[in-house]
Amino acid sequence: MAQRTALYDLHVAAGAKLVDFAGWDMPVQYSSLIEEHEAVRNSAGIFDVSHMTAVDIHGPQTRDYLRYLLANDVARLQRGKAMYSCMLAEDAGVIDDLITYFLSDEWFRTVVNAGTTDKDLAWMQQQAADFDVQIKPRRDLCILAVQGPQARNKVADLLPGDDAQAVLDLAPFSAVQLVEWFVARTGYTGEDGFEIILSAEDAKGLWQHLLNNGVAPCGLGARDTLRLEAGMNLYGQDMDESTHPLESGLGWTVAWEPEERRFIGRTALEAQRGSYARKLVGLVLEDRGVLRAHQKVFTAQGEGEVTSGTFSPSLRHSIGLARIPREAGDQVEVDIRGKRLPARVVKYPFVRHGKAQIEI
Amino acid sequence: MSNIPSDLKYASSHEWSRLEDDGTVTVGITDHAQDALGDLVFVEVPEAGQTVAAEDACAVVESVKAASDVYAPISGEIIEGNADLADRPELVNDDPYGEGWLFKLRPDNADDLDNLLDADDYEASLED
Repeated sequence: MAQRTALYDLHVAAGAKLVDFAGWDMPVQYSSLIEEHEAVRNSAGIFDVSHMTAVDIHGPQTRDYLRYLLANDVARLQRGKAMYSCMLAEDAGVIDDLITYFLSDEWFRTVVNAGTTDKDLAWMQQQAADFDVQIKPRRDLCILAVQGPQARNKVADLLPGDDAQAVLDLAPFSAVQLVEWFVARTGYTGEDGFEIILSAEDAKGLWQHLLNNGVAPCGLGARDTLRLEAGMNLYGQDMDESTHPLESGLGWTVAWEPEERRFIGRTALEAQRGSYARKLVGLVLEDRGVLRAHQKVFTAQGEGEVTSGTFSPSLRHSIGLARIPREAGDQVEVDIRGKRLPARVVKYPFVRHGKAQIEI
Repeated sequence: MSNIPSDLKYASSHEWSRLEDDGTVTVGITDHAQDALGDLVFVEVPEAGQTVAAEDACAVVESVKAASDVYAPISGEIIEGNADLADRPELVNDDPYGEGWLFKLRPDNADDLDNLLDADDYEASLED
């Protein structure tokens, strides 16, 4: 029996098509994936991402613990700010990627992926043995992402004056804990917006109010096209325990300085630092057709593989991410059902804040 | 509820076939199939002159999420692929039994259509 979020009945009422995702019955789309995608690029959409779990870490050694646990360094964070990081195994394989919010010296919050929640929690507990911290998965809380150029105002409109001002004042990648809601100006779409962590009852109310105010309900289908256009990795597809951050386009999330910080996976990753053989790149398919995960990529320097691919509704072209030999040039070919089609290597993001970042 | 015209024949793999007055057969995918696939973004149709056997994969429809093969419902020779779909794949979503047709073929034997499902049987197959 698949798990359901607290909003399941509301998804059904909104006409959702439901699919199994990491053991959860989740909406993949409501009316049309492309319309949902465009709502987020042009106005506002709302996603129920309560299949992900908020994990609170409390205790006097919270900061020291996270500096050991994560490849990025929470010491770089100011209070109220968010940070993206990988959590690595000793061999530098990626156990998960997560966002960490610094709420107070003795309270940080992370959000972990649905498919990895159980192994993440086991790993986090195991690594916590030598630290004075408590790790509390907040399965009681829902997570809603409200994204798009109008998203922040749509949310603020529902809040009393002081709270409305507090959330509108949030800088990008910042968060605030209101009395009932935790509101962060973060997301997975390349647009402005909020991710809101709140009780199940509040989540149902917020969902309904935003739908009534013209915010489009959006499913995992649009979430995937939006994140890929925004050049954001998807765990389990673009990286996993068999790949390290440097070959996953995530070198920028590894904090090498200060040198004395011994985070898990550092030794193995340092050994790879100059010599790793593959890189993650953006691809644009020159012709008609659609890039899909696991298609083979041919370069003059050897073969690679598409890790994520889709049709980009914003660019009206197929785009993807691929792991290819590090020395490969900008022109490659992709095997699409037995035909080799030319593709161009590009810098991503492909789309950000509603605007194309690459030439088509 | 999806639209299943009673004058067409159906394959359980969700193709429809219509015998035209000139003896050719027009083939497309059903309303149920286009709805399940979602917004189509790419359609590859067969070229005229190609011969196909029943159940050969001979066209591809791709939505944002996934690619699906389309199978020839009966054996014959392709006489035309729908060229409009190259620029307007959404025609398959908007009008699956009309402008969104995929290809026309000249059947080896028009009686082969009798092996396909009628509308009631196809509808029943969707409920299984």
